[in-house]
Amino acid sequence: MELILGLLVQGGQMLVVLLLAPGLVGLVRKVRARLTRRRGAPVLQPYRDLLRLMKKEVVLAENASWMFRVAPYTIFAATWVAAALVPTFALGLQFSWTADLIAIVALLGSARFFLALAGMDVGTAFGGIGASREVMIGAFAEPAMLLTVFTLALVAGSTQLSVVAAFMASPAVGLRVSLGMALVALVIVAIAENARIPVDNPATHLELTMVHEAMVLEYSGRHLAMIEIAAALKLLLYVALIACVFFPWGMAAAGSGVLAHLLGLAAFLLKLAAGGVLLATFETAIAKMRVFRVPDFLGAALMLGLLGTLLLFVSRSL
Amino acid sequence: MVSLSYDIAHLLAGGLVLVSFMLLYQDRLYSLLNVFALQAVVLAGAVAWQAHIQGAHHLYVTAAIALAFKAVLVPWALHRIVERLGVHREVETVVRIGPTMLAGMGLVALSVVLMLPLTAAENPLAREDLAFALSVILLGLLMMVTRRNAVSQVVGFMSLENGLVLAATGARGMPLVVEISVAFSVLIALIVIGVFLFRIRERFDTVDVAALDESRGERP
Amino acid sequence: MTALDAALLLSGGLLALGPAALPLARRPGGPALLHGAAATLSAALALLGLWALVAPGAPVQAVLPLGLPWLGAHFRLDALAAFFILVLGAGGTAASLYGIGYGRHLEAPGRVLPFYGPFLGAMALVLFADDAFTFLLSWESMSLLSWALVLADHRNPEARSASYVYLLMAGIGTMALLFAFGLLAGPGGGYAFAAIAAAERGPGVTAAILFLMLAGAGSKAGVFPLHVWLPLAHPAAPSHVSALMSGVMTKIALYGFIRVGFDLLGPVAWWASPVVIVLGSTTAVMGILLANVDRDAKRILAYSTIENVGVIFAALGLALAFRANGMTALAALALTAALFHILNHMLFKSLLFMAAGAVLAATGRRTLDALGGLIHRMPATAFLALVGVTAIAALPPLNGFASEWLLFQGILQSPGLPQPALQLLLPGAGGMLALAAALAAACFVRFYGIIFLGRPRSEAAAGAVEVDRWSLAAMAGLALLCLFGGILPGAVLDTLAPAVGLATGGRIPPQLGNSWATLVPVTAGQSSYSGLLVLAFITFGAMTSAWLVHRLASHRLRRGPAWDCGFPLTDGRSQYSAGGFSQPIRRALGGTLVAAREHVVMPPPGDMRPARHAAESGDVAWMRLYLPAAAAVGGLATRLNTLQFLTIRRYLGLVFVSLILLLVGLTQWN
Repeated sequence: MELILGLLVQGGQMLVVLLLAPGLVGLVRKVRARLTRRRGAPVLQPYRDLLRLMKKEVVLAENASWMFRVAPYTIFAATWVAAALVPTFALGLQFSWTADLIAIVALLGSARFFLALAGMDVGTAFGGIGASREVMIGAFAEPAMLLTVFTLALVAGSTQLSVVAAFMASPAVGLRVSLGMALVALVIVAIAENARIPVDNPATHLELTMVHEAMVLEYSGRHLAMIEIAAALKLLLYVALIACVFFPWGMAAAGSGVLAHLLGLAAFLLKLAAGGVLLATFETAIAKMRVFRVPDFLGAALMLGLLGTLLLFVSRSL
Repeated sequence: MVSLSYDIAHLLAGGLVLVSFMLLYQDRLYSLLNVFALQAVVLAGAVAWQAHIQGAHHLYVTAAIALAFKAVLVPWALHRIVERLGVHREVETVVRIGPTMLAGMGLVALSVVLMLPLTAAENPLAREDLAFALSVILLGLLMMVTRRNAVSQVVGFMSLENGLVLAATGARGMPLVVEISVAFSVLIALIVIGVFLFRIRERFDTVDVAALDESRGERP
Repeated sequence: MTALDAALLLSGGLLALGPAALPLARRPGGPALLHGAAATLSAALALLGLWALVAPGAPVQAVLPLGLPWLGAHFRLDALAAFFILVLGAGGTAASLYGIGYGRHLEAPGRVLPFYGPFLGAMALVLFADDAFTFLLSWESMSLLSWALVLADHRNPEARSASYVYLLMAGIGTMALLFAFGLLAGPGGGYAFAAIAAAERGPGVTAAILFLMLAGAGSKAGVFPLHVWLPLAHPAAPSHVSALMSGVMTKIALYGFIRVGFDLLGPVAWWASPVVIVLGSTTAVMGILLANVDRDAKRILAYSTIENVGVIFAALGLALAFRANGMTALAALALTAALFHILNHMLFKSLLFMAAGAVLAATGRRTLDALGGLIHRMPATAFLALVGVTAIAALPPLNGFASEWLLFQGILQSPGLPQPALQLLLPGAGGMLALAAALAAACFVRFYGIIFLGRPRSEAAAGAVEVDRWSLAAMAGLALLCLFGGILPGAVLDTLAPAVGLATGGRIPPQLGNSWATLVPVTAGQSSYSGLLVLAFITFGAMTSAWLVHRLASHRLRRGPAWDCGFPLTDGRSQYSAGGFSQPIRRALGGTLVAAREHVVMPPPGDMRPARHAAESGDVAWMRLYLPAAAAVGGLATRLNTLQFLTIRRYLGLVFVSLILLLVGLTQWN
């Protein structure tokens, strides 16, 4: 019985993240549009875009290799696996032990690795510029992320997300300035990883300012659709990660009943909507920064992570 | 589990260290001044909370002074100065921001390693306050050392003084008179520096303190 | 016959390949025969090492009447040596197999083969040595034989200067080792390892020995700032020898450090460990930064070796810290991570050096900016190299990630350490290692993307053809092992548990009983990772999504010219170059760390000359440490030159003064 429930929750989780991801992107776009007094496309537009892309034929550059064609599916699968392991509405994921937080981050790193390689495959200047900037952003985002993980592991005594979430929901966790720093650091990393303003502009088509869009410039049709889904999944993953670690309320405990799971789902939808609105507001309020300011921005996240662990040691050693 | 009062004190004192780092991170003069005001607000909060849990009412006065002078008056005055001088609005650094932050991290680690064994007999709150206060002081010094512009040096000096106040309240020892006199001396220092800034500006047409070296003949 | 006897016979066989090569090397089929023999002997050694690790049994010892008459040559086979024998045997097998095919491209087989087998044999003898004399003799033979191999292409001035620097650095390293063993043996002069292990030492002497070993073994392994010879020497050798030097010889050096630091030295004070940790993480970051800005395929790999050695040293430092505090289980965790990474690095670094060798053989070029598009010309090599770069970039589900993950788990346990300095240091070190791992991913996107992807940047790259089957077989074997280590890490960890137990006295929980080949380094509540399931899920997800999309949506495909925002340029040189690709990282981190500079010459308007941009960078250690030192030595030598033109009376005076000084010194001594 428990096994079946666990499998059900796990399967539900995989479907939920997949189905909600484009909706989150649509929501962010919609809110941004409203904030700038535009009407904006409907929230469901990303779903339509994806279906349209899926049905279109692929135009493949003449010298694209098998790598270019395999990469979209690999990137999608790696991101999906990572997203399936972050607790969203319930803690009792059947396969939560497959990967801890470090491994989830590394899975996203794999996706980035293959995306950057795919960007270089056709051998165009834009693919190169996108890939080179993307790996630079990754080089700063990953250590910042690890230091955040370190802070969490110090507080919760684990890097297993379900354990961390259960601990953070318990009253044992006090008010910790380090946790605040970890939150800010994680938000900065999330913004950089998801190619949002101020690091990258997902809506731009001005070549010299783009990172992610430059890398996927040669993609079309179903390949592009897979990459777009993967990007949406990654955004959802980070929102879910932040919600699961810092706002773990309302999640169904392992082995609880159907009602708890439904409530958890509702809570997750609320958190997702809140995250989307906050992201859109932030993006509207801020301007994109120069590429060479990005290391400073991510460096701040790195420093916050380090400072968080330092301060945590102070209060632990008392 | 530790109590809520401890948690809030920890939050405020840790916040002060964080704001010190934010001071190091700024690259515009105006935002530097705003962050400095924020630091004073956090300091006032920390001091007021200490007053509350220690039951020491004179500390409320200290908090009020911090709020009135450092969060409002001094930033406002510096804003005026920057405006009147029409100086370059970017913070001119000697060392780049990244290495400065790293150095700051090292200073925090140093003060933690130094203060915790030294104060082993004290209560946890005071120990933590002292460790954080030393960090803030050292970070203020670091800022004065690594900035070129006289205005940001003033801000570094003021934030150093904030660290002193935090140390004093944590140690439960500072009488009100001392605190008031310190506050006034800082204010006078500000006035002196303000006048000084105008004088430098008149003579050298810049507030880059490197220009002073030149007048002493230290640079060719 | 004991296992040790068999192992010594096999090593002797490898040594004997040297003389045998003298007549055989120039004959047709001779190189292939010699490489085949080396492969067979190495494979037997690897199996022997594996058997000695798996089958429980007491260490075997033997004394041969060689070397110093009163000492003899002591040999010993225990779990730690057996693990490194496995590493050596596997690496040697792959390199020799590769050599069967690659040997045809050797310009002067007569300058390579006489040293190749003995090089392998000498490395094996370092591992079997059970007294200081045998150890140092084998170590020095290993150094000299590899030096000869670096010099194989002796007409190339680059190789000549590389071998010169290598010889100097090897000399410095051996000197540090001599001092270390001198201190180890103590005034009593017990040079056998058993006597050394039994002796008592103060904490100061112990730390001094550890630091001397760090300098001696570290210079051979490539620890910053003693690494400068490595990026010169490793690329200069023929590619399968490069694979051996980077993949195996650096590991033999690490063995020396582990043998002394963990086995012979006894308890080391905790304050020695931060030195190792800081040095390790600095080495990791500096190595991979230099790899990120270099433009030579084999040199990039050599710099990446420095990075990995740094990672391993950081893990060893962590193990020392845990052990000094009596936390044997956690020390075992850190040392397991180190040994696992040693094995993994041998696998993927050999694989990548072989891939670089294949590219070199097919195109004759090593600079990245002359390559490109090889995935179309050399599909098998490209695929195998992709496995290698994924593994070395520490990405799941391959083996590189498994060992780095284990190391991070060890670092996450550091709050348990009682010393505040270590507590504060280790998160920072963890951050540096994460930075190194992320930079490694950046470096190998560049490495793979520029060599194999895109369009050819030169005629040579456009006309490349796939390499021979032997080379491919060697690479495929290594790639399979990389995959195996990634998805079944538990099996590897359980196998190397005896070696870890010997060095730390502890072990991590047994892994083979876990369901789905999950790694559980401490407890399941703290962390777990299953490479097998991750691979299964990714494969399943990718396959189903591809199948569903093709089935339900569309599978039409049309080839067309590249889009490139409407300006597709046909010239291969319009692609991103190696220098361009590394520009963001160079600007963000390179200013002081790799002395990166950019020069732009912009002619004024109306001037018809082209604008020029040049980026340069270099090794700070070389520029700030070695060149000034060399200049100082040179200056001093010029000054002392005057001593060659003195009168007889002054010469006598010099002799007299030195005699007096020595006598005065003698009075102080007593």
